Amino acid sequence: MSLDRSDVEKIAHLARLAISPDQTERYAAELSNILDLVAQMDSVNTDDVEPMAHPLHMVQRLRPDQATEPDRRAEYQAGAPLTEGGLYLVPKVIE
Amino acid sequence: MQWETVIGLEIHTQLATQSKIFSAAPTAFGAEPNTQACAIDLGLPGVLPVLNAEVVRLAVRFGTAIDAEIAPRSVFARKNYFYPDLPKGYQISQYELPIVGRGQVEIVLDDGTVKTIGVTRAHLEEDAGKSLHDDSLLGGGHTGVDLNRAGTPLLEIVSEPDMRSPEEAVAYARKIHQLVRYIGISDGNMQEGSFRVDANVSVRPLGSDTFGTRTEIKNVNSFRFLERAIAFEVERQIDLLEDGGRVIQETRLYDAANDETRSMRTKEEANDYRYFPDPDLLPVEIDAAFIERVTADLPELPDAKRARFRDDFGLSEYDANLLSSSRVLADYFEAVARASGEPKLAANWVSGELMAALNKAGLEIEASPVDAEGLAGLIARIKDGTISGKIAKQVFEAMWLGEGDADQVIEQKGLKQITDSGAIESMIDEIIAANPVQVEQYRAGKEKVFGFFVGQVMKASAGKANPQQVNAILKDKLRP
Amino acid sequence: MQNKSIAELAADLRLRKYSSTELTRHYLDRIARLDPRLNSFITVDAEAALAAAARADEALARDEGRPLTGIPIAHKDIFCTKGVRTSCASRMLDDFVAPYDATVVERLAAAGAVMLGKTNMDEFAMGSSNETSYYGPVANPWDTSRVPGGSSGGSAAAVAARLCAAATGTDTGGSIRQPAALCGITGIKPTYGRCSRWGMIAFASSLDQAGVMARSAADAAFLLDEMAGFDERDSTSAEVPVPDYVDALDNDISGLRIGLPKEFFGEGLDPRVGAAIEAAIREYEKLGAEIREISLPNSPLSVPVYYVVAPAECSSNLARFDGVRYGHRCADPADLEDLYTRSRAEGFGAEVQRRVMIGTYVLSAGYYDAYYLKAQKIRQLIADDFKRAFEEVDVIMGPTTPSTAFALGDKMDDPVAMYLNDIYTIATNLAGLPGMSIPVEPVEGMPVGLQLIGNYFDEARLLNIAHRYQHLTHWHQAAPAGFE
Repeated sequence: MSLDRSDVEKIAHLARLAISPDQTERYAAELSNILDLVAQMDSVNTDDVEPMAHPLHMVQRLRPDQATEPDRRAEYQAGAPLTEGGLYLVPKVIE
Repeated sequence: MQWETVIGLEIHTQLATQSKIFSAAPTAFGAEPNTQACAIDLGLPGVLPVLNAEVVRLAVRFGTAIDAEIAPRSVFARKNYFYPDLPKGYQISQYELPIVGRGQVEIVLDDGTVKTIGVTRAHLEEDAGKSLHDDSLLGGGHTGVDLNRAGTPLLEIVSEPDMRSPEEAVAYARKIHQLVRYIGISDGNMQEGSFRVDANVSVRPLGSDTFGTRTEIKNVNSFRFLERAIAFEVERQIDLLEDGGRVIQETRLYDAANDETRSMRTKEEANDYRYFPDPDLLPVEIDAAFIERVTADLPELPDAKRARFRDDFGLSEYDANLLSSSRVLADYFEAVARASGEPKLAANWVSGELMAALNKAGLEIEASPVDAEGLAGLIARIKDGTISGKIAKQVFEAMWLGEGDADQVIEQKGLKQITDSGAIESMIDEIIAANPVQVEQYRAGKEKVFGFFVGQVMKASAGKANPQQVNAILKDKLRP
Repeated sequence: MQNKSIAELAADLRLRKYSSTELTRHYLDRIARLDPRLNSFITVDAEAALAAAARADEALARDEGRPLTGIPIAHKDIFCTKGVRTSCASRMLDDFVAPYDATVVERLAAAGAVMLGKTNMDEFAMGSSNETSYYGPVANPWDTSRVPGGSSGGSAAAVAARLCAAATGTDTGGSIRQPAALCGITGIKPTYGRCSRWGMIAFASSLDQAGVMARSAADAAFLLDEMAGFDERDSTSAEVPVPDYVDALDNDISGLRIGLPKEFFGEGLDPRVGAAIEAAIREYEKLGAEIREISLPNSPLSVPVYYVVAPAECSSNLARFDGVRYGHRCADPADLEDLYTRSRAEGFGAEVQRRVMIGTYVLSAGYYDAYYLKAQKIRQLIADDFKRAFEEVDVIMGPTTPSTAFALGDKMDDPVAMYLNDIYTIATNLAGLPGMSIPVEPVEGMPVGLQLIGNYFDEARLLNIAHRYQHLTHWHQAAPAGFE
């Protein structure tokens, strides 16, 4: 399976990764190789097989509805890149 | 060209739990930024979600209330996209296997027609945080992110595209709003954002069986705006199509100030959410026994209550509808009706004097200074003739101001009705004697003058004379 | 001291031959002296370690010690440690200090173990050679021009070089077993759900599992005893009781049925490694085991399946690293897009970016069915193969890796060649089964690992089987030259 520059650019955008033009070429080649490896999956018929979501067939456990988490904002924001007034700051978003 | 409107609604309602859907942080509204966002809500490295039992119960409750299929096995899926208020870079939602399947509700339109609106599905998901576009932050150029809301449990209710007019859409939205409050799964507060309605709107030539391209309208936070937004959008699309244009599938915001919908300024094509089952969570299994317990626990639903008020209490459709519109109101009315034994009187008083007083004071019925027992007591005194209906209004006002119960007020203010015929007769005799001109007029055929005499009797008796007796005796004495 | 087993150390501490403080100092000295050659540690916290050792000494003095009290260990830098940096060997988390401890860290600390520091690893656990770390590659103590394996290369090298008594690791596709094999130590990856993932930075959530790297099965048993068990903070944690792993070590294994998958002995396996494995199997026959050939017909597809599932899950797990709440943030972002794309491109190394992109691709519109869904179906087939095999045998054995450690830099230009290092280990993760690697006779001085795969929650039997071999042989006791 071959990926071209524009495929790589689309994927990089979805994944929010800034890649340079020369990186794009290299990634296209590397990702294409990986997809060639992955293409081996086509060798087996899986029409009647159920996909495995979890190795163990367990079901979701439920927790009681109790608000027990205290306010630890100062601790959590101690290493934050940019905050003000308890808010996390990002460059202005226009909606 | 005749056009048909097709509308589907997506309603997000916040479930009324103490803690979040996947963490034990509190969900209370209005806290200081980021004081209710724990490690899980912040998406710190290494954290994991655990499902809140109450969330499951409330979702199933909704499903049973709309006669929907409850999935015996439902799966949480990740909806992947980047936005500052989405800390993990994905929202935990449900995709292929939602907890609630197909159901339906009935809506009643203004002209009385009843229509069934299908619900395609309802699924659980976590809410995102909030972005604050505040130019004072750090001198401008920044958006602030508050993740208190991140992780709050939401139930997304998706309707079938069954609505054909803005009116129907509003009726459906109101119905769902009523229902979620009735069964206690949400406080449905549109101002605080715990009940959010998005509308999918399209048009097609009447008679066509394929759907036109639809647009999604977001940011509508009242039923009135919902109706206006849809109406505007329908007109816009029809105009566009009639001019030979094409409707673009997009998200539009409703601008209440200008009463129009606007395209959202976005550079992105439709987001590719790359849904896949969340590997940190396991399938939720719900058995028949659980569904039975939840169903048994359901309160009487609005439609059934309305019918019962109409049939058992003999109320009009209008009154039955009004008094069953919210559960607290219905419970209040019913308590008054049973305690007093006078459903019709109770209906009049609750929908009349009480509602007027509550509205004027800006109070919800839960905060009424006159409780159901008190009002029932007042009605009992009307019923047994102690006071007239008119005097009762005075008594009610006093009760409202906290001056005591009905009996206490009647006693204190000496408002007992005068039912002694002798006393009334003497009063009337005096008045007839004092007003010969009017007597003359009445006997000459001027029937309207009767009211004058009634008024005089009421004045003389400070309103306490029994109106029926007054009428009878007056008529008798005024006969030519 | 560094050559003693945990049981011996524990006994010595109780006999007051030395204190935990002295033992800890001893390891800290070795690290200072010898680790520059290996680069197996990212963070060494001498102060905290000595404080913990002092507390351990007090507990021992009060006769309140547990088996691991005072024993110095290291944690792979993927486990959150409160107050001490957790970097995942990435620039993205170079300054990240977690506000909480991972469950595994909590439990080992509660058991009295002393944490020396955080070990190096492949960035975000993605790699098989420990060459992708932001903090530089780790060297194999047996030959410092070669790789130790990955992603738990730092833990493997540190244990092999006797810089700690044992270490934790994680295994998603072989990241405990493969480095254990290349470094000549014992590594165990328990059943999926056996150990809690709370606080263990996620790579591929349905595959990741915490485990132990130690110099023997007996040592590993002590740690696993404390680490394993249900944790309500992890929805995928199994509510299965934890047996006493130490107690079960000496169980009799005669009559043990060992399955050898023919797919693990075919083309691609270095014949010298194959010979060493066969010699080890013969030792088991001496112990009374019965050998059978089995087949895991879908296991050859485990590498392609893994390189769909793991990247898909990681592309989503790593989306939270966006420069907003913690971690690396680019300087002067022009707008939100710039903040995201540049922070992430600067924070993540090439292999991580590759996997995030592959993962994004295989989940994207139009490709989900062909890739992710298909891979999850084949995964079921692979698990079914094992299920059938375990109806005939009690344990499955084979080589852990196709060859011994390769040279640093050898496979960095060819990601796919690198991926094939995990060809024997990946199927175990896909099925969620427990797996171990123990050292057998080396090839030309370089370690070789024998892989043992057990049925679900059969860790006690695996440790037992491994222990019996280690009782009979002494490969696990060899020390690399210069690190004795």
